[in-house]
Amino acid sequence: MPAVSKGDGMRGLAVFISDIRNCKSKEAEIKRINKELANIRSKFKGDKALDGYSKKKYVCKLLFIFLLGHDIDFGHMEAVNLLSSNKYTEKQIGYLFISVLVNSNSELIRLINNAIKNDLASRNPTFMCLALHCIANVGSREMGEAFAADIPRILVAGDSMDSVKQSAALCLLRLYKASPDLVPMGEWTARVVHLLNDQHMGVVTAAVSLITCLCKKNPDDFKTCISLAVSRLSRIVSSASTDLQDYTYYFVPAPWLSVKLLRLLQCYPPPEDAAVKGRLVECLETVLNKAQEPPKSKKVQHSNAKNAILFETISLIIHYDSEPNLLVRACNQLGQFLQHRETNLRYLALESMCTLASSEFSHEAVKTHIDTVINALKTERDVSVRQRAADLLYAMCDRSNAKQIVSEMLRYLETADYAIREEIVLKVAILAEKYAVDYSWYVDTILNLIRIAGDYVSEEVWYRVLQIVTNRDDVQGYAAKTVFEALQAPACHENMVKVGGYILGEFGNLIAGDPRSSPPVQFSLLHSKFHLCSVATRALLLSTYIKFINLFPETKATIQGVLRAGSQLRNADVELQQRAVEYLTLSSVASTDVLATVLEEMPPFPERESSILAKLKRKKGPGAGSALDDGRRDPSSNDINGGMEPTPSTVSTPSPSADLLGLRAAPPPAAPPASAGAGNLLVDVFDGPAAQPSLGPTPEEAFLSELEPPAPESPMALLADPAPAADPGPEDIGPPIPEADELLNKFVCKNNGVLFENQLLQIGVKSEFRQNLGRMYLFYGNKTSVQFQNFSPTVVHPGDLQTQLAVQTKRVAAQVDGGAQVQQVLNIECLRDFLTPPLLSVRFRYGGAPQALTLKLPVTINKFFQPTEMAAQDFFQRWKQLSLPQQEAQKIFKANHPMDAEVTKAKLLGFGSALLDNVDPNPENFVGAGIIQTKALQVGCLLRLEPNAQAQMYRLTLRTSKEPVSRHLCELLAQQF
Amino acid sequence: MIGGLFIYNHKGEVLISRVYRDDIGRNAVDAFRVNVIHARQQVRSPVTNIARTSFFHVKRSNIWLAAVTKQNVNAAMVFEFLYKMCDVMAAYFGKISEENIKNNFVLIYELLDEILDFGYPQNSETGALKTFITQQGIKSQHQTKEEQSQITSQVTGQIGWRREGIKYRRNELFLDVLESVNLLMSPQGQVLSAHVSGRVVMKSYLSGMPECKFGMNDKIVIEKQGKGTADETSKSGKQSIAIDDCTFHQCVRLSKFDSERSISFIPPDGEFELMRYRTTKDIILPFRVIPLVREVGRTKLEVKVVIKSNFKPSLLAQKIEVRIPTPLNTSGVQVICMKGKAKYKASENAIVWKIKRMAGMKESQINAEIELLPTNDKKKWARPPISMNFEVPFAPSGLKVRYLKVFEPKLNYSDHDVIKWVRYIGRSGIYETRC
Repeated sequence: MPAVSKGDGMRGLAVFISDIRNCKSKEAEIKRINKELANIRSKFKGDKALDGYSKKKYVCKLLFIFLLGHDIDFGHMEAVNLLSSNKYTEKQIGYLFISVLVNSNSELIRLINNAIKNDLASRNPTFMCLALHCIANVGSREMGEAFAADIPRILVAGDSMDSVKQSAALCLLRLYKASPDLVPMGEWTARVVHLLNDQHMGVVTAAVSLITCLCKKNPDDFKTCISLAVSRLSRIVSSASTDLQDYTYYFVPAPWLSVKLLRLLQCYPPPEDAAVKGRLVECLETVLNKAQEPPKSKKVQHSNAKNAILFETISLIIHYDSEPNLLVRACNQLGQFLQHRETNLRYLALESMCTLASSEFSHEAVKTHIDTVINALKTERDVSVRQRAADLLYAMCDRSNAKQIVSEMLRYLETADYAIREEIVLKVAILAEKYAVDYSWYVDTILNLIRIAGDYVSEEVWYRVLQIVTNRDDVQGYAAKTVFEALQAPACHENMVKVGGYILGEFGNLIAGDPRSSPPVQFSLLHSKFHLCSVATRALLLSTYIKFINLFPETKATIQGVLRAGSQLRNADVELQQRAVEYLTLSSVASTDVLATVLEEMPPFPERESSILAKLKRKKGPGAGSALDDGRRDPSSNDINGGMEPTPSTVSTPSPSADLLGLRAAPPPAAPPASAGAGNLLVDVFDGPAAQPSLGPTPEEAFLSELEPPAPESPMALLADPAPAADPGPEDIGPPIPEADELLNKFVCKNNGVLFENQLLQIGVKSEFRQNLGRMYLFYGNKTSVQFQNFSPTVVHPGDLQTQLAVQTKRVAAQVDGGAQVQQVLNIECLRDFLTPPLLSVRFRYGGAPQALTLKLPVTINKFFQPTEMAAQDFFQRWKQLSLPQQEAQKIFKANHPMDAEVTKAKLLGFGSALLDNVDPNPENFVGAGIIQTKALQVGCLLRLEPNAQAQMYRLTLRTSKEPVSRHLCELLAQQF
Repeated sequence: MIGGLFIYNHKGEVLISRVYRDDIGRNAVDAFRVNVIHARQQVRSPVTNIARTSFFHVKRSNIWLAAVTKQNVNAAMVFEFLYKMCDVMAAYFGKISEENIKNNFVLIYELLDEILDFGYPQNSETGALKTFITQQGIKSQHQTKEEQSQITSQVTGQIGWRREGIKYRRNELFLDVLESVNLLMSPQGQVLSAHVSGRVVMKSYLSGMPECKFGMNDKIVIEKQGKGTADETSKSGKQSIAIDDCTFHQCVRLSKFDSERSISFIPPDGEFELMRYRTTKDIILPFRVIPLVREVGRTKLEVKVVIKSNFKPSLLAQKIEVRIPTPLNTSGVQVICMKGKAKYKASENAIVWKIKRMAGMKESQINAEIELLPTNDKKKWARPPISMNFEVPFAPSGLKVRYLKVFEPKLNYSDHDVIKWVRYIGRSGIYETRC
């Protein structure tokens, strides 16, 4: 740019600007500007023509006033006049004014376009450049329409000067970004690629920017650029620092160009040509090698330029993700930066490592830096760096280091910045769930989380704990105990109260045996928090109270008193008021049976993607959680089947014998499915507004409204087709799958759960029994995205079971859509005692291939068990009556599970018998009684279980009036301990 | 209650900063500077809410006074306090300017301690304050114990605004009725809105603890008195005025005003504002402005403005100034006027016409020719109203002081011995006529 000569100094402008700067107040400034504007107006109005210098000066002043924030509505004409001047400075000011001030719909645009056209056509490179800059600066659609065709021509013309080419490339880039449709693709594209070979480095740099942008839209058109870019890159990388003269920046050859070339290469997959690839790998290695060399200069610019290239190289290596050697080297290099004293470098290193962690080749290498990263989390002063460290910890977490990472993150949470707390909470929750080996650890972690950062624990997180606790029988007791302890803290967070309220309401009975957590204590503990809570929590606690009435009849009077209090019955909040009224009535009107059925334990939740993960994704934008969510379903599917899925409750058929708390007594499942992790075990139940029970007309509805009818088919549709399924001949049925017995065992003591699961299909069961009748809901979930065809589940009675058990099935739809779930209702009637369970045969076509599956239906004789309470002497009297040897069955066996009195008690209750206290002289022993109800006859049944803690053995004795029943029950029960 | 009080200069530098409550942090100082003083767009609201903190500000020349609070306070109270604070500072060191504030900053902190306690406004009566916050040093041996206890009893006593034992050789009092008349008039001469806000300022130099009674031609009082003679009612009804609302100095016995509508008080010594009032009915408009604007083509504008004075010919209006706005693209102005001087002020985008004196029932005229520069903006000129400033020696509301009686039972001087001076000044407030 030609230097501004002394004579062009524009003294008037300088005086004006200094006047403005010296203004004491806004008012004074406005006065000065008004005066100047009036002066300029009178000058422009004046009849005698102004010379170029004054015009330029006044236009400059106008520009300055405009930039101060005042409106300018004249002077455009004078600026356009300046464009046709031959002096560089005047032209420049004219263009400047126009690019800042002229809006696209101005009527002057034609004049301006004309002037630009003239300049583009002139042979003067300076003028051409000015015109190109103006086009790029304005960048409007009109400008694009007028010049989009000319600029590529200038760009590839042989006789254009280098600086013009450079400007043209950048101008074209700007127009393309503003309105891609205006830039015509044509034969020039091929020639643009060859600009990469240009002698002039500036042209190459500009061209790379342009190509990088263009090739994103049409990668195939520019494929040839790969080899050119690689050769260009290798020439730069291998050059000595002095080779490139002007383009060497603090001893680094052409850093900007190198970075841009590396970015360009990231638009494409690794080159296929072996020679090109070899050359590229060589380049990348050279860059990595250079990073190890001692710096040529102590200046910060030198290291900045060098590191810029290095980081871009590393992202290219990550992008290719195919060279284990390079990946590990990159990782080591980043590891060095993790301890660099430059904060920016540490930040970048953490950020790049995050992506490295997701690559299979470098995951292990990244893990070696865990201590450094944890240290960074603790000691970094910059919050953004700490956040990156947290991200990296999240990305590098796997089963082996989950405990360490989670505990570190929890510790960090106490001091973390408020802005990132919520995110960290989500991450901890996800990691804890995903890598939990033992669920008591999971529960501990989450409760800790709520304690430390209760405010940041979103609803999804605590919903998730409840789902997991509800679905996993083995943690329920522990969870109840832990929340009880947590609630004893004088100040605990509202989320903790919510979790505590829910868990105690469901599983409080598991810890009721301990005098320190007896039902009244539990209740008074919860109620002490009641008044400090928000309406939503209070509503939840009211539900807990009514559940307590069911669990612990002894608290009924107290709770009714609470519900009856004016503060509840006449609460201003309609939800609370309604709950109080309904629960009070329910508790006083309904019989224990009805109460027990209505307030039955929540059924397990069907499984879906963790909603927490979806939330994290929403929070961080797409791709953020990618390290973890491979293979997971699209988060949007959450919203589609939001709300609570299946498992209709048992409201319709109250059964006194129904095991309301059947879940608590089930044996722990063999092992959590290792590969899937807990992540897809569960569903978010409370997703969306269904979280708050809506106002229903009856308490049952209010409480159970969360349980919406199952997904695809309404119960009405099911009832419309009541024809029992035709029993296919037994030859159709294959033998039950090997694990059928084991699966069956799981259901001896509980009624609900997942019966079977493989890659294709999941079968869930929910059942209820009353006297000799039962109803079972089977849920067939299609886990794939493909429709099942000819889907037909049938129930088969092997042997003479037909005469012992009547099972009525309802037909289900023959097609099951991908991801959908269908429900089948089975009505079961026990005619007489039976030994073998009926078989369930499922047949369908999946992707053309027929699939068949035979399972044992979880219907065992003990389901028809009805508990009987009796006094000690009655018991012994009956015990003696059944003293015939064939009436007794006894088994002595080793304990398979830890001997916990509470668990055993729960299992026995789940088995169906009543538990009689104070009967056996030895308090360690368990004694139960009940009647098996069948249509034909009733079988009285007494049982006694004697645990021996030292030997880890049990002795189980059963006496019934029918010999085979005794033996069968004995066997069934023995497997449970 | 007020959490803190800051005083800034025009650059936004803090001159005085006094924080009364813990909920106001240091960053509040910066928040006000950034969001109000240096705001991109001029902040016109006197109350600004920034991050749940309320800032109440008033501006005196180049000085900003800002009261800060996090609580939900009575905004009118805060502003009343800020105005009082300005009065107190003016009474102590004259004009409120940056230099004066810097020179008296110790004094200002002393005052702030006294008139605002934990954010609650306290006694802000200048006379009372001056007894114990002085600008000269106090020699302790000269001030006896009795004097000190006297101050205490006065400040904490029932009449906190006046001390006992004042003695003047000549008992004298000055009464000023100061009014500002506001008007918005349509081009056709229709009154769109008009009101007068007035003050009665009293300067008293009276001995002892005099009991004063102030009477004016308030419609309610006149009607009550004139109940007996119907003839008098009709006669005085014309001259009485309807007061829309009024406020009094704390010395006025409000209970007496409420029951009898009589204004009786023991005045503070020296100058004070006895009452403030507002009227909207039967306003005497001292001037009438008749504008005539003609657009001649795109580049020329002809303006003719006539002003007529509308009061007794014997009275003289002073300091008359007519401000005629010009379009934003004015490139030149020619003015011809019969009386006074007129000039185009480019920096204010207006023609300013000044007349020194003008008697009642006269008229004068100005002609202006404005040249315009064609712009590419289609925006039409908004034609701001023509505004006017003046000062007239009567009360445009029609208020008349009927009496001011002074009783001092203890000292033996009577109402007749007091020399009383009454003066009326009517000024223009926002006095505009659309054109």
